[in-house]
Amino acid sequence: MTTTPELDDAAVRLSTAPLPVGPQRSRQLLAPVRRAWRQLTSMRTALLLLFLLALGAVPGGFLPQRSLNPVRVDQYIATHPTLAPLLDRLSLFDVFAAPWFAAVYLLLFVSLVGCLVPRIRLHARALRKPPPHAPGNLSRLPVSASWETELPVEHALDAARRSLRRGRWRTVARPAAVSAEKGYLRETGNLVFHVSLVVLLVGIAVGQFFGFKGTVLLKEGSGFANAVANYDDIHPGRRFHESSLVPLHFTLDDFRATYGPDGKARTFDAQVHYAPTPDAPESPYDIRVNHPLHVGAAKVYLIGHGYTVHVVVREKDGQVALDQTSGVPCLPQDARFLSECTIKVPDTRGPQLGFQGVFTPTTVQDPVTHRIGSAHPAAQAPALTVVGFSGDLGLDAGVPSSVYTLKTPLSRLTPLDGGKPHLLLPGATWELPGGGSITFVGIDEWATFQVTQDPGKLIALAAACGIVAGLCLSLFVRRRRLWVRATAGSGALTVVEVGGLARTDPDAFATEFDELVGRLRSTVPESVREEE
Amino acid sequence: MAQLSDSLLFVAVLLYAGAMLGFAGDSASRRARRVLSAVAQERVLVGAGGPDVTVTDAAPSWTESSGWAGSIAMGLAGLGWATHVTSVVTRGFAAHRVPWGNMYEFSSAAALVAVTGFLVLVARGRIDRSLGAFVMLPVVLYLGLAGTVLYTKAGPLVPALNSYWIKIHVAAAVTASGAFLLSGVIALLYLLRARFDARTDVGLPVRFPVTLGRALPPAGSLDRAAYVVIAFAFPVWTFAIIAGAIWAEAAWGRYWGWDPKETWSFITWVLYAGYLHARATAGWKGRKAAWVAVAAAGALIVDYYVVNIFVVGLHSYA
Repeated sequence: MTTTPELDDAAVRLSTAPLPVGPQRSRQLLAPVRRAWRQLTSMRTALLLLFLLALGAVPGGFLPQRSLNPVRVDQYIATHPTLAPLLDRLSLFDVFAAPWFAAVYLLLFVSLVGCLVPRIRLHARALRKPPPHAPGNLSRLPVSASWETELPVEHALDAARRSLRRGRWRTVARPAAVSAEKGYLRETGNLVFHVSLVVLLVGIAVGQFFGFKGTVLLKEGSGFANAVANYDDIHPGRRFHESSLVPLHFTLDDFRATYGPDGKARTFDAQVHYAPTPDAPESPYDIRVNHPLHVGAAKVYLIGHGYTVHVVVREKDGQVALDQTSGVPCLPQDARFLSECTIKVPDTRGPQLGFQGVFTPTTVQDPVTHRIGSAHPAAQAPALTVVGFSGDLGLDAGVPSSVYTLKTPLSRLTPLDGGKPHLLLPGATWELPGGGSITFVGIDEWATFQVTQDPGKLIALAAACGIVAGLCLSLFVRRRRLWVRATAGSGALTVVEVGGLARTDPDAFATEFDELVGRLRSTVPESVREEE
Repeated sequence: MAQLSDSLLFVAVLLYAGAMLGFAGDSASRRARRVLSAVAQERVLVGAGGPDVTVTDAAPSWTESSGWAGSIAMGLAGLGWATHVTSVVTRGFAAHRVPWGNMYEFSSAAALVAVTGFLVLVARGRIDRSLGAFVMLPVVLYLGLAGTVLYTKAGPLVPALNSYWIKIHVAAAVTASGAFLLSGVIALLYLLRARFDARTDVGLPVRFPVTLGRALPPAGSLDRAAYVVIAFAFPVWTFAIIAGAIWAEAAWGRYWGWDPKETWSFITWVLYAGYLHARATAGWKGRKAAWVAVAAAGALIVDYYVVNIFVVGLHSYA
């Protein structure tokens, strides 16, 4: 047995996979060479693919991505009219859905699986194989020691073997020698790590195919039943079926946000009532950031919030044309919650009415420009500033339109009072020119919820655990071989020889070996007799 | 309390700077002594005889007997470290939370991890303390930047950060980052030393940055030290990413979404995985692998600083 090339090799190799040498293969003279070459290239290919993967992710880390923020992508395209189309053609705004990115990681995983399968087979074989025979001359090993003992040969070997076993070495007794090996878990960990990576990819794929994500805006006091039609926005997986939606329903009872004096949010709190099935009893829950509601396979997250304004619009004769007690949701435009509200009044006897409003929770007016702004996100001095229009809102055209904007071109609507904005404090009424009025009764809040179902999540979590555990084993377990030989020496003494081979992390082996020899010496005591 | 923490950090930086000067003086004086005692040392080695335990393949020991400058430098570094620990702890008490809630605190804690890692490596004899000057210089600069440019007053956290996961995810990220930064410095020094060796071996002249290689420990020990630090930090970083994913799942409703921070963490992870493989691949060992470690440390810096400051994403807190 030659030790030096193997030592050099194993010491630097990340893997301690047993070297594939078998008698049936060495028949062909060129086979091992070809094998070595193939292994070399496959590792280099894997390395290259790893670097490509990192490089490919870079544009995804710098450029705005459609999957995250399509608005910013549009802004980027508008500001870079020459560069952006080229980037777009290379899918650099959708890097992680791009075919070339998929090609890189799929190739990497193919190479990984191609590497793993034979290694698992080899490792399984190595696990069954007893530690190898002792080399002829133990003193030629990187670390070795020897001493004389009064114990007979068999007793000395037996004691050494028992001592090694207590140190969790795998041992085998051979004539005149004990072979021991430990650290098989290093390669096991290495394989677990790489297999877990493949499992992680499977978990992600399951989530992508069978998962579901939808968002819905709820005003305080209103409820939601989990059905695709009730969402404002949905992202179903490619193989998702509506029947797998958890039949939960919930009602937003109260939403509360608290802020520091600097306007930074401190807490968000959505009090809900929910039931897992339509006929189950309802129970209360407090959905917060970092504290979603779990119902079966579904999770409900609080992802946004804002104000609703309660307005009452009356016609000329005082008849109520609009009374949204639950409020009109206003969409926040900045961190201080200056929000835009669109109020549509279609059910009038005369021309339809529409209002564009700006809601400000803590209203301030610029002394110079007289512009209305908000100084704080909490409703400390709420006000609604509206511009009114009359005319056809275009709601009957059959074209679906957003409730948050007046879609109709403003030219088709007649501004009321020359398009002058009117600031209304809670309780205030604006008497519209030509009769009728709008009253700003008060405010409430709304919250947006995201409901997700990801059946691949647990697979991914299990894979993640395997990744960390496997990684720790493969980096921290040390692979060592040790041989103890006992031979009858001069007189009645027995010569004990110990030799060791570090297959990984050889730097630390010298001290380890010293301790080990110390322990062996205590079980196989050195002779106190003077040598002749 | 917050003020005490700030003052302590300032004192720690001064102590580190003092340690840096001490280390520099130490390595200069030792180089002079090494040349003088080279002959004598050779005789000692030959005369040591054959002990029972013969070690033929062990790494050469580079921890030499102490010069006074080196002892003072180690003392200053230890004192600086203790002051730094106190600064981080008092910051936590001042803010009534874990002391890694914003970029200033993160940087200070990461530097603390790097110094800890360096002191542990020296104590274990994994690297020579002559590296001290080269490690303390970036630490002092880094802490100086953190204390001036990134400084944030102690205060409460935004709701998304208010979770027990901040203890786990960010603690792991700080630990791994500090260790990675240390390994990046060691890898750079390795490259310097390897370049110095490569040029002097064939008798080529060396110019300024490369001349520093003379004062560095041998390339092999630097390479091994960088590997030891990365082998420690990589599983911690992996855990930090996974803990972050679990937290993201609780806070944002998905465990992975290619947010810029997630993307750069992924790039950093892939590059360090590449380093570990490169170090075991023929043709990639040595300098190429070290360049990968340097690139990975660069990706880490982008991940933390560039993404936080210049890129809009879910992690834009600071």
